[in-house]
Amino acid sequence: MSNKNLHSILKTEDLTIGYKSKNSKTVIASYINIDLHAGELIGLVGANGIGKSTLLRTLTQVQDTIGGKIILNDKNLSEIQPLELAKNLSLVLTEQIVSKNLTVFELVALGRQPYTNWIGNLSKHDIDIIENSLMQTNIIELKHRKCFELSDGQLQKVMIARALAQDTNVIILDEPTTHLDMYHKAYILKLLQKLVKETGKTILFSSHEIDLAIQLCDKMIVMTKDCVVSDMPCNLIQKGTFNELFPKDLIAFDEKTGSFRVNK
Amino acid sequence: MSEIKSYRASFLILIALLIACFLINISLGSVSISTNEIINSLFGLSDNYIIQNYRLPKAITAILVGSGLGISGLLMQTLFRNPLAGPFVLGISSGASLGVAIVILGAGVFGGAFTTLLISKWSIVIAASLGSFLVLLAVLAVSTKVRDTMAILIIGLMFGSITAAIVSVLSYFSSAEQLQQYIFWGFGSLGNLSWNELFVFFSIYLLGLLMSIVSIKALNTLLLGENYAKSLGLNINKSRLIIIIATSLLAGTITAFAGPIAFIGLAIPHIVRQVFTTSNHKILLPAIILLGAIVMLICDSIAQLPTSDYTLPINAITSLIGAPVVIWLLVRKRKMMF
Repeated sequence: MSNKNLHSILKTEDLTIGYKSKNSKTVIASYINIDLHAGELIGLVGANGIGKSTLLRTLTQVQDTIGGKIILNDKNLSEIQPLELAKNLSLVLTEQIVSKNLTVFELVALGRQPYTNWIGNLSKHDIDIIENSLMQTNIIELKHRKCFELSDGQLQKVMIARALAQDTNVIILDEPTTHLDMYHKAYILKLLQKLVKETGKTILFSSHEIDLAIQLCDKMIVMTKDCVVSDMPCNLIQKGTFNELFPKDLIAFDEKTGSFRVNK
Repeated sequence: MSEIKSYRASFLILIALLIACFLINISLGSVSISTNEIINSLFGLSDNYIIQNYRLPKAITAILVGSGLGISGLLMQTLFRNPLAGPFVLGISSGASLGVAIVILGAGVFGGAFTTLLISKWSIVIAASLGSFLVLLAVLAVSTKVRDTMAILIIGLMFGSITAAIVSVLSYFSSAEQLQQYIFWGFGSLGNLSWNELFVFFSIYLLGLLMSIVSIKALNTLLLGENYAKSLGLNINKSRLIIIIATSLLAGTITAFAGPIAFIGLAIPHIVRQVFTTSNHKILLPAIILLGAIVMLICDSIAQLPTSDYTLPINAITSLIGAPVVIWLLVRKRKMMF
């Protein structure tokens, strides 16, 4: 495993992200150099509007890069075909799914789409993988429930199970803890940590739960106005990176507790 | 096809119902024909002119119309993630109406000799096909530029409004007789199709059906939303194009041959979702084909007012029978499935 850990799975080289239109470019962040390895849980944090979503959208080929390179499994991301990409990278998005009339099993089974035949028939192997994903996310007892019967927390677990069933070595989640109560926020992030350990996948998520992320992540990507830094949480604390996250008039980072305090 | 197995009983009931409705539909009419005669005639053992040239083509038309409209309604509802979408949201029926209106009503505007030659069954079919095809081309051209599926839906509705406005202007300048002819086309009609016309109808229907079957996997993926579908490797633009073309082939030909038949396309997918409580298109598609055909056969049987010489407009019957069923289902289940 240690040998595999050194191997970089998702890597950017002087990446510039932003929006392109016919006449102009809007650069949101540049010189982003991150290097994510197998078996790592990575938290992406930053203030609202700093470009977390843009970075995730760029890493998942939803939008084009402005400059630099993204390398996924030793291949340039822009050269990977959609179906090939679907076998390497799965997503959990913030948007609601269209039809909640699907059963949990049917929804998780849709994760197998890149592997199934023209009409989407599931093989024994597919069903084993689906059952396994349901087991790993502790929702096997919800298997036959309809998605509209589930709570937000349960539904998030189902979406994670669906991403697992896609059998990719990278999973990217966009704010998986929004709309959840404190317990479920911790539960979901803890689940991600467990999955990383059990499966050796690389899991990257964006979140506003900075204190939870500091406790659980192997590595964090911190986006501030000036730069994008990625390192282990303890190193980031030492460097004082978290102090740069927000304007200092209201809250300040407490290095001892690893959390933010309101200024008195 | 493991999914279908778990619904085997429901499918067997639907198939039995379809056969029963088909036989009842054929046995009803202004002339009574004995059951023996009907069965012999269906198996080619005897020649009954009424059955072979009138009732059988009409029953087959009903099956094609009902199932085809049901399928195109399902395709549109899933593609546009909108339970109110039906086969005509892309402006297909208004395009067809425009074509027919120009042929029938155009005389008042463009002068006499032009139309008196043109108003035959085929000219109406061709005008309707051309009309819906042109509107569809316009929608398709726009849809390649616009990435947002919802925008395509609105654009389709706008094209519908434009064509409806032109039809109003044309009717304003038309004679009462022409208007009546146009209105009769709008009532819809399942009869009057010759075997040749039926053959053309069936060929295009088959093509649309094949394209729908090919799209089943894409449709299921779209239940997650377009971004998830993309992340699963689905080529959204290609799938969207196939789905739109399949719908227009089905709904376009049906409108051309049978007129703009309301309601079926919107309602059948909802009824099937309620009864089968699933959104899996592998189940929905065959169930909708069967139920669409059954409902259309029943509506047609009612429309021809058994034992009477009159035939009611099929378009009125489909809504009169169908709307209460949908209301009843929604009230009973208290939840809309989608």
